[in-house]
Amino acid sequence: MMKNIKTVFAREFKSYFDSPVAYVFLVAFLVLVGFMTFGVAMFYERRQADLTPFFFWHPWVYLLLIPASTMGLWADERRNGTIELLLTLPITLWEALIGKFLAAWAFIAIALGSTFPIVLTTAWLGDPDCGAVFCGYLGSLLLAGAATAIGVFASSLSRSQVIGFVTALALTFTLLIIGFDPVVNAVAGWGVPAALVNAVASCSLMSHFESLRRGVVDFGDIGYYIGVIVFMLAAAQVVTENRKAS
Amino acid sequence: MNKEDNKMLKVDNLKKNFGDFQAVKGISFSVGKGEVLGFLGPNGAGKSTTMRMITGFIPPTSGTASVCGHDITTDPVAAKACFGYLPENAPSYRSMTVEDFLTFIAGVRGFHGKAGKEKVEAVIAKARLSNVAKQTIDTLSKGYRQRTCFAQAILHDPKVLIMDEPTDGLDPNQKFVVREMIKEMSADKAIIISTHILEEVDAVCTRAVVIAHGELKADGTPAELKAMDPSGKLDVVFRNLTMEKEGV
Repeated sequence: MMKNIKTVFAREFKSYFDSPVAYVFLVAFLVLVGFMTFGVAMFYERRQADLTPFFFWHPWVYLLLIPASTMGLWADERRNGTIELLLTLPITLWEALIGKFLAAWAFIAIALGSTFPIVLTTAWLGDPDCGAVFCGYLGSLLLAGAATAIGVFASSLSRSQVIGFVTALALTFTLLIIGFDPVVNAVAGWGVPAALVNAVASCSLMSHFESLRRGVVDFGDIGYYIGVIVFMLAAAQVVTENRKAS
Repeated sequence: MNKEDNKMLKVDNLKKNFGDFQAVKGISFSVGKGEVLGFLGPNGAGKSTTMRMITGFIPPTSGTASVCGHDITTDPVAAKACFGYLPENAPSYRSMTVEDFLTFIAGVRGFHGKAGKEKVEAVIAKARLSNVAKQTIDTLSKGYRQRTCFAQAILHDPKVLIMDEPTDGLDPNQKFVVREMIKEMSADKAIIISTHILEEVDAVCTRAVVIAHGELKADGTPAELKAMDPSGKLDVVFRNLTMEKEGV
């Protein structure tokens, strides 16, 4: 079981680096995050040694880039006919699915990890709360995992990468926006019952990220992300099982 | 040991419906060790659908198949470990090199590290891929791509080999090479080859079944099939068997 997942993972992970796409992606990620942090959120001008302006933009950068990195995971297998090869090898669909998901997540983790100079900079200039930094990274990684699982599901729907990209983008955007503070506040202002607003917002990828970003490790938040990942992979499993030949 | 136990591949009343359309209407046959079975039929007869059911890629509507005694519907992983499969159009991961691709297949087949390396080297020699081993599959000619996919099917020296149109689109020399490779391996394997190229039957097959419109029309040695028409020609027999329902 583990060996098969590892084999699928290794192939998929390496295939990211077989083409220049991986490097374009990593550069795009760093440029976007850097621009948002320094240019828009005014990281230096705030004169505070914390990474709030850095983490604040992660959901929006992921929104754009994760669908792009996951759109081919299953769509390419269908388009090239390799799905017939992969699923007639002595592995289960779950092993293939988990291997692919972990490869895509690990790739995002590398992008996220390569932002470490900003932590060093902050530590050099001031005295940031290491716990909060750790929580921010943990939250960002979990958020990326959930977005990746959504991308895996979207990619499993058809042989078209475009459909995979747009579906993942739409799903992730919806799950972000329902918990985005300005939107939540606006909706609450329309006289919608607070309980309903809060219930919907609590399903959002955003609200759970917010609390982790503030340095609070709540097992509810971690459980939420794991739940989203498991649900999305299960959905991808059902779709692939039923439509693999089409 | 009775004769049936020698049958490494058994297909038992396989049926497949796509909506209202019956693509495969109950096909049964079996293949034993040392046999090369030609699976003949016109385009759209249900050949690929049947192969996909045998290999567990798509589930049958009813019926089943078993490979080396493992039922494909109830014990798919064990059954899949026993056969090698060359799907139609010989798909492979185009951005990988031949060597990396075969190493991946070896890993999935349970050969890691040194054992995997040995298997890959052996199969590269066997499939005559030595001079392209380090190239990405994308850059190869169709003949080499076909052989790369053929190599992944025989890497683990399977008891059962299932090939969907293995020589389709190849030039005469490439066809010759593939057929030679099939003959070299046929002694200790059960092999099934789907094709609509009738010359294939004379070239490699010890037995052939003919299907049309999802039904089995004939099952016999090439000589027996030829004897079904006074002309003694396989293409005439094939036409008689597969075109009657169209009323031509």
